[in-house]
Amino acid sequence: MTVATLPSAKPLRMKLDGDAWTKRAVMVVIGLYLVVALALPLYTMMSKSFTTYVFDLSRYEFQVDDGAGAWGPVVTAEALNQQLGVFSAADLRAGSDSRLAPTKLFPDFSFRSPVKYKIRGVDGAPFLVGLDLKRNGDWLELDSNTFRRVNLRPVQARGFGNYITYFSSPTLVSSIANSLTIATISTIVTIGVAFGVAYALNRSCMPFKGFFRLAMVLPILVPSLLPGIALIYLFGNQGFLKDWLFGASIYGPLGIVIGSVFFTLPHALIIISTALSISDQRHYEAAESLRASKWRTFWTVTVPGARYGLISAAFVVFTLVITDFGLPKVIGGQYNVLAVDIYKQVIGQQNFEMGAVVSVVLLIPAVFAFIVDRIVTRRQVSLLSARSVAYQPKPDARFDALAFVWCALTAIFVVGILAICQYAALVKFWPYDLTLSLKNYAFDRMDGGGWDAYYNSIILASATALVGSVLVFVGAYMVEKTEGFAFGRNVFHFLAMLPMAVPGLVLGLAYIFYFNDPSNPFHFIYGTMAILIICTVTHFYTVAHLTALTALKQMDREFEPVAASLRQPFHKLFFRVTVPVCLPAVLDIFIYIFVNAMTTVSAVVFLYSAHTQLASVAVLNMDDAGDVAPAAAMGMMIFYTNVVARLLHALVSRGLLARTQAWRIR
Amino acid sequence: MKHETIAGAKIQPLGGLPMTYPTGKSDYLRIAGLWKNFGDFTALRDIDLEVAEGEFVCFLGPSGCGKTTLLRAIAGLDLQTRGTVHQAGQDISVLPPSKRDYGIVFQSYALFPNLTIEKNIAFGLENSKRPKAEIAARVAELLDLVGLPDQAKKYPAQLSGGQQQRIALARAIAIDPGLLLLDEPLSALDAKVRVHLRHEIKELQRKLGVTTIMVTHDQEEALSMADRIVVMNHGVIEQVGTPTEVYRYPKSLFVADFIGETNKLPAKIAANAKVTVGDTEFLCDKHDLPVGADAVAVIRPVDIIPHGSGARSPGAPDVVATPQNLIDAHVEDVEFLGAFWRVRLSAARLGNRILVADFSINAVRRLNIAQGVDMQIELPRERLLIYPTEA
Repeated sequence: MTVATLPSAKPLRMKLDGDAWTKRAVMVVIGLYLVVALALPLYTMMSKSFTTYVFDLSRYEFQVDDGAGAWGPVVTAEALNQQLGVFSAADLRAGSDSRLAPTKLFPDFSFRSPVKYKIRGVDGAPFLVGLDLKRNGDWLELDSNTFRRVNLRPVQARGFGNYITYFSSPTLVSSIANSLTIATISTIVTIGVAFGVAYALNRSCMPFKGFFRLAMVLPILVPSLLPGIALIYLFGNQGFLKDWLFGASIYGPLGIVIGSVFFTLPHALIIISTALSISDQRHYEAAESLRASKWRTFWTVTVPGARYGLISAAFVVFTLVITDFGLPKVIGGQYNVLAVDIYKQVIGQQNFEMGAVVSVVLLIPAVFAFIVDRIVTRRQVSLLSARSVAYQPKPDARFDALAFVWCALTAIFVVGILAICQYAALVKFWPYDLTLSLKNYAFDRMDGGGWDAYYNSIILASATALVGSVLVFVGAYMVEKTEGFAFGRNVFHFLAMLPMAVPGLVLGLAYIFYFNDPSNPFHFIYGTMAILIICTVTHFYTVAHLTALTALKQMDREFEPVAASLRQPFHKLFFRVTVPVCLPAVLDIFIYIFVNAMTTVSAVVFLYSAHTQLASVAVLNMDDAGDVAPAAAMGMMIFYTNVVARLLHALVSRGLLARTQAWRIR
Repeated sequence: MKHETIAGAKIQPLGGLPMTYPTGKSDYLRIAGLWKNFGDFTALRDIDLEVAEGEFVCFLGPSGCGKTTLLRAIAGLDLQTRGTVHQAGQDISVLPPSKRDYGIVFQSYALFPNLTIEKNIAFGLENSKRPKAEIAARVAELLDLVGLPDQAKKYPAQLSGGQQQRIALARAIAIDPGLLLLDEPLSALDAKVRVHLRHEIKELQRKLGVTTIMVTHDQEEALSMADRIVVMNHGVIEQVGTPTEVYRYPKSLFVADFIGETNKLPAKIAANAKVTVGDTEFLCDKHDLPVGADAVAVIRPVDIIPHGSGARSPGAPDVVATPQNLIDAHVEDVEFLGAFWRVRLSAARLGNRILVADFSINAVRRLNIAQGVDMQIELPRERLLIYPTEA
């Protein structure tokens, strides 16, 4: 018998029905949103970092008369500079706003002399006469008094100039080492503390586990710079525990590390706790039957079992610390780190190109950590799918006591930081007049936007959560449930994963470059609430997307084929089955975005305008202006708002579950 | 219940059940030259198949044989690489699922968990401008049809697996599809429910007269339900035939082996209708293998006829005038399996090979068959199947 071979012909293509086109169209629309809100701004920023400005002296020509109408020879600025050596190469590197006065090339110049000058920019090289920009390349005849007001303007070029400047500036480069140092130390400390707490929560029979679980996640609800304020009250120049530091200063790496441990603890704890909770009881039974010591069991069973969780948590913490900007801004003192450099370059010195360079430098560790995290997470998923018996801890008085003490100390640290902020916000004048008052809540009398900033934040958080959860869930549905179109789906998936690798500060700066360009059709949203919403949705897109994907993947894959065979449109299935079944996940996405939008500083700090000030930014600005107590008060307002939002979320979830998810209860 | 007899007895080929040949058009569904490749792997190789209107066809084969891939190609869920599918004369080869005319039931049931049973069944009925009362009536009718009239207000999670499967069936047939596709519909259920439900599905299919294709890896399911069985292996169709055909006249060693139990004996072709096993020549039906070729002789345990220690006993089934293919055998052990005895025999003339035979309780009692006894067995010539050795 001869084996038949595949006849060659054009491969078949499925005819697409309306549903398939609709799904693809919706996916493309959301994909385009991500392109405009993420890819293009990042691209613009990258290319900005390679944009340099130089004074091209070879393109300026001059002629001078002798005061009696006889013109001398045409001479270029370059030739004059070679003769005189007035401008060094460094003088000729410029920013976009630099000017260069050509009079310095003429040692005999006096604005009172009757000598006349002619100037022209070859090929339209630009120069200013007063405020008047000339770039037509024609000769211009000027008297001495007017020539005094001529300024050469730099021309744009592409190259590594900015990077060369960056790496030849010692203060800037030292930030790289500083950032890596504090990120590494913070990571080690946080992972140590978090592992202890996670281990105690999962493996001991200590009391008050519920309370500890709750207390440890509180830092998620406040801006990352809040612990900095608390530390200043405790250990700062006027801190009542200042002596505890034996002369060391809290302003600098010490403060940054302690504050970083505070705000990254919940993130590390959640990941490690998950990794520990999936471990297999049978491994421990096997170890026990082999008479392995507890110590040996710990190192041969517990740690290897949780290793992916530990690695993943370490990279998450590392990324959070190295990209965080609020905390080092508040408590970093003279200790420069990358994130603050970006802020200083952009807000302080208006040197946008250099800000872009630092952003690119900051992107490298962030992207690296992101890639490692993705690889590790993928491995861990395969670990999760194994069938295992959940571990049941047995009481052990000594170990339980130890676990309790560890958790209690951590909880005191976490709750203590918040309590200090609250207390400081309520006293009249720390530390001299400790009577309680509400004067620090009179935000309208401070810089930073007043109560309006707080209301703006609530508007932003609500709108972002609403827009974000709809956008993310619909996008995830389309990418998960579209048949074929592999190219489009891969591109979409890449775009959806990208925001996680981009630090907020970098995203914010990229938005300036992209949206502040008057020739951009989306320029009109610059300075509005809309750009803050778009930026924040994009900033937190990835985690929300992954949550939605996980929920969708748990749905039966056959729902779509069944609905199609019943000749029902996909949107009917979507609204009647998919959304109701995934509602808990959608609510989780909503609250995740809400809380983060309330606390975020990094991305929006570049984008708010006079009438869209935000509470989290107000904390920063009030602290900057010396109004530390009001800053603490505003920070605690954010905290309480998030607590209320969380409670509402729990309430609404329960209510909705009772109504729409009756099927879950047998 | 009469359908819950032991499976082995039920597939007795000697019963000679009259076949139900469908009366509709013979090519309601026509598949021609169908291929499916996943990268380098060929999942389906040049499949041709016709299914008549009203027919119940089973795709049967081991896992990975391509049966589900073929079903999904018919449903438009996995587009074939090459080839055409026609349904009711219309070319549906590249139509999306929503433009085809079928109802489908998956192994997972795929019931919508947040909708009640009646909402599940009504899902396909709702958008067609039907009045509500008519939909309600239709749902009630369908619930009656699948025997669950009082479950309308419950959620799927509140029903047993078997009940869920029947709801999935009701939902699939609610829209009166031209074709009903069942993808391993019973394999997630426990054995008892499965036997019961396969009878019910078959009854329902007969009542509705809907052309049905069912994918299964369970030969009992296929033999008991199908009008015709499509036996598949490695992406090709090995045989298409009625249950008795594929059971009694398997076209290949694979089919013989896959459906029912077999004794496989290495053999050599002795003549046109003779084969040598061990040192003995046996008569067999005509075949077209060359003399001297290596072959495999196959006989099913139920086809071996027991004889006493000498002459043929009276009253044995399939009596032939003079017993042929008679050999001596020694009973190694016996095992009581309820409806029959499973006897392991060794035969010196077959090179001391072990043969497995299923003897009726009557025969064992009458012939005093027990462990250690010597007896004679007959390998009836028309039941001795000869195949070339597998490459």
